[in-house]
Amino acid sequence: MTSLALTRDRIARVRPGPALAALLIAAFLLLFLVVPVVQVIFVAFQDKTTGAFTLVNFADFFQNDLFMRSFWNSFYVSAMSVVVASLLALPLAYLTTRFEFRGAVLIQSLGIIPLIMPPFIGAVAMQLLFGRNGSVNLLLRDHFGFSIPFMEGLNGVIFVQSIHYFPFILINLSASLRNIDRAMEESAQNLGCHGFRLFRRIVFPLAMPGYVAGASLVFIKVFDDLGTPLLLNVNDMLAPQAYLRISSIGIADPMGYVISVVLIACSLLALWVSALAMRGKDYATVQRGGGGLAKRRLKPLEMVAAYGIVLLILVLVLAPHVGLGLLSFATIWSFSPVPDAFTLKHYQTVFTESGQYITNTLLYASLAALLDVVIGTAIAYLVLRTKLPGRQWLDYIAMAALAVPGVVLGIGYLRSFYDVPMPFTGQPLSNFWLILVFALAIRRLPYALRACTAALQQVSSSLEEAAENLGATKLRTVGRIVVPLMSGGILAGFVTSFATAAVELSATIMLVHSQSDAPLAYGLYVYMQSAAGRGPGAALGIFAVIIVGLGTYLSHVVIERGRRERGQDH
Amino acid sequence: MLRTTRTLRNAAAALAVLLLSGAAAFAEDPSGKLVIVTSFPKDMTTAFQQAYQKANPKVTVEILNRNTNAGVKYLQETASNNGVDLFWASAPDAFEVLKGAGLLQPYKPKVEGIPEKVGAYPVNDPEGMYAGFAASGYGIMWNSRYMKANDLPVPKEWADLTKAVYYDHVAISAPSRSGTTHLTIETILQGEGWEKGWRTNKEMAGNYRTITERSFGVPDGVNSGAFGVGIVIDFFALSSQASGFPVEFVYPTVTTIVPANVGVVKNAPNKAAAEGFVDFLLSPKGQEVLLEPAIRRLPVNPVTYEKAPAGYPNPFKDTSLGSQVNFDVNVSQARYNVVDALFDQLVTFQLDDLKAATQAIHKAEAALAKKPNDKAKALLAEARDLVAAMPVTAEQAADPQLAGAFTVERKSAKDAVPERQAQVEQKWAAFAKENYASARKKADEALALAR
Repeated sequence: MTSLALTRDRIARVRPGPALAALLIAAFLLLFLVVPVVQVIFVAFQDKTTGAFTLVNFADFFQNDLFMRSFWNSFYVSAMSVVVASLLALPLAYLTTRFEFRGAVLIQSLGIIPLIMPPFIGAVAMQLLFGRNGSVNLLLRDHFGFSIPFMEGLNGVIFVQSIHYFPFILINLSASLRNIDRAMEESAQNLGCHGFRLFRRIVFPLAMPGYVAGASLVFIKVFDDLGTPLLLNVNDMLAPQAYLRISSIGIADPMGYVISVVLIACSLLALWVSALAMRGKDYATVQRGGGGLAKRRLKPLEMVAAYGIVLLILVLVLAPHVGLGLLSFATIWSFSPVPDAFTLKHYQTVFTESGQYITNTLLYASLAALLDVVIGTAIAYLVLRTKLPGRQWLDYIAMAALAVPGVVLGIGYLRSFYDVPMPFTGQPLSNFWLILVFALAIRRLPYALRACTAALQQVSSSLEEAAENLGATKLRTVGRIVVPLMSGGILAGFVTSFATAAVELSATIMLVHSQSDAPLAYGLYVYMQSAAGRGPGAALGIFAVIIVGLGTYLSHVVIERGRRERGQDH
Repeated sequence: MLRTTRTLRNAAAALAVLLLSGAAAFAEDPSGKLVIVTSFPKDMTTAFQQAYQKANPKVTVEILNRNTNAGVKYLQETASNNGVDLFWASAPDAFEVLKGAGLLQPYKPKVEGIPEKVGAYPVNDPEGMYAGFAASGYGIMWNSRYMKANDLPVPKEWADLTKAVYYDHVAISAPSRSGTTHLTIETILQGEGWEKGWRTNKEMAGNYRTITERSFGVPDGVNSGAFGVGIVIDFFALSSQASGFPVEFVYPTVTTIVPANVGVVKNAPNKAAAEGFVDFLLSPKGQEVLLEPAIRRLPVNPVTYEKAPAGYPNPFKDTSLGSQVNFDVNVSQARYNVVDALFDQLVTFQLDDLKAATQAIHKAEAALAKKPNDKAKALLAEARDLVAAMPVTAEQAADPQLAGAFTVERKSAKDAVPERQAQVEQKWAAFAKENYASARKKADEALALAR
């Protein structure tokens, strides 16, 4: 009886607008995520001989030494990557938001660049610099007689992953730090709290939503990442095991899909744990005019130290790009600290051959990122601000996309949409380029969603209540109050989605059906398959980095100007 | 046989009619869009694309680049509404898979003068489903700068790579990931026999620096000097060399020259252009493209070698090339997945243990050479045997019951396979782990005795 009353009460409180939005999002997720993935992974639950439902494949998984070893390796690498990534991100985020720091915007933008290291060539560049016979080790061995195994085994994976994914923490943490109410800090200072204690007790805890959002993304991403372990030839981790199983001809074994299910389950578990950590804590602050933490001038000595740290980190995280830059100008680079000679030939090749790739990428990645922030904002709002039954599930399902290997999604799309003819042309629907955009949007939605959720968590609902009390409609409140206040987080989401969608390969490679529709990552892949293509591939990679970097910087400028016009900045 | 003759006669008649009605023949010139799925690198596909379009200006060639496995998957998944005209790739096995799935249609190229065999391998599919257009052999590639810096001798034969000097300097791609490597492993198995072949393979593997996931990962690593020696298909090495990298290449005696192939896809939307492309590939003009520095594959049309630069390998003249092993496609086919899975479980995923055992053996061997000791020698031999031991015999590997654990098709529920793939693999992995551990222990004991 009580439960019935409760349900009725719930239904009564459901407004049609949010419910419609929730239904639309649910339909989108169902059509472009759940159905395609289920089309592929049901094999995990199938008896191979009879086709009947079974769990015996999961028993096999847990009895297999290799899979268990892979499981623990994945776990260890992910956890260590979070630690190392935090060590890289914390100083950058703290120094640039907390102090008067020349070029803070530039440093933050540069800090995002590792995310847009395109696949394949990123690892090639890292090997050339840090590998056993890379520049650093060749020089060390020649001059000092020893070398450092940066890139060996699991440590190599941790090293590359931390450098690649630490921006997730940086972006989300910086957004959180900027959103902290200055009054909090001032009250603490008035009460006699200073320096590191102030940071540890007040600032960092207030920035927790951003940090946890970033750290959980890093953990899940590393747990599911395929490219880096494969390129470093570390096979005994879960994602490579799944990929190797699924993509080999003649292996119809269900284990690849079992591993995919395990990956998805673990990612959801990590999310759930991070949600638990945040539960029951209120991070919202009412006051907005302060524009974040007070910025302090550094004393000369502190200045030197701070610049030293920032420069050191930037040199480390930008090393792959430096390597890539060298490679793109190099004639031959083989077993030597620097290339034999330099040339502009590769850029010429790319200019004449690959313009289409670049325009396609810009179109696809920006559409996908736009879709991501719209859906991300909507889901964040539905989850945090409405009482719709089952709203959490939108969040969980969208986040599960993080754990779906790109190959699985690609094959799922082919299975689901290939037999559907397009209206008018009769071409298979999966050949339509918009399908590629949807695949990218689904793959990158989790990034945008986490960023939007963190942003909304920091907006106090009393601001909306105030607006509504003054007579604004719900829609108007969302449009004029909530979204503008979330703009920093939404931008962070857009940038991460855009940047990573621009270089996504694994789903793309299954779905590209004609060269004229192919994005840049596909072009890179094609170049990097031949000895003569290494230079042009690197040059195309540099284009990718510049385009995405420029896009990031521009959107930052636009948002900053918007904020200033609304008088949110001093 | 009778039917073939009749078809041929009909075709000849049709051809005559076409030739007579000149205008009509012109109308039959291929035109429109030609879609090709290929695993070949851009350097190669672009060269052929341009050459073909120059000869057939009405055709636009659309190249879809996928690795071989993904290409096969793509064709399988899209078969219901096929939009691809040609499949163009190296590994004959991939074509066998497509043929088995009924995704190819037969075409007999019009070009004359292509020999039936290159080395010991038939150029064309006997049923005409796909045709060889270029030959490739497997061999050893090395980076000269790396070899000099590390004082390594130049290898000539597979057995050279089992020597202690090469420890941690060699790389290969996994046979389950690369059709070309699979053929290398299978060639060694067929050339030396199952037991001895696996011994060679595993002793080489003990020296591996890494096992890459892509075939191109190996030449890429040799080119950049990440490792010194790679086991690769010839054109990777030859084209790297032509691009200026300080690398060299040798064909060992036990190697197979295998054709790279092209096949018309069933229900090809543009059949005329597809067949035209196959003929173009085999024509003297098309074959000459293969000689370009960035491509460097062996033409199957013997006349083309007259235009090749000096020192270009010619399998039709140099009879030692690839003819040592009489490669039996049927034997290979029967145990295809089993060999892949064995390699993965015994080598790829146990590489650290295998390398530890190998290193211990190398050390004991070096100590024994200085101070002979019979007991230690016997221990060392035991250790070597433990490393070489196989969980299955050649007969078991060819047993359809075992192969059944690795295949997709099940004819009916009655064809129950006795064991699941995961179970079989776990058994093999445990076998390898235990053997490598005791081999290492025995080698360490031998070392202690020899000291």
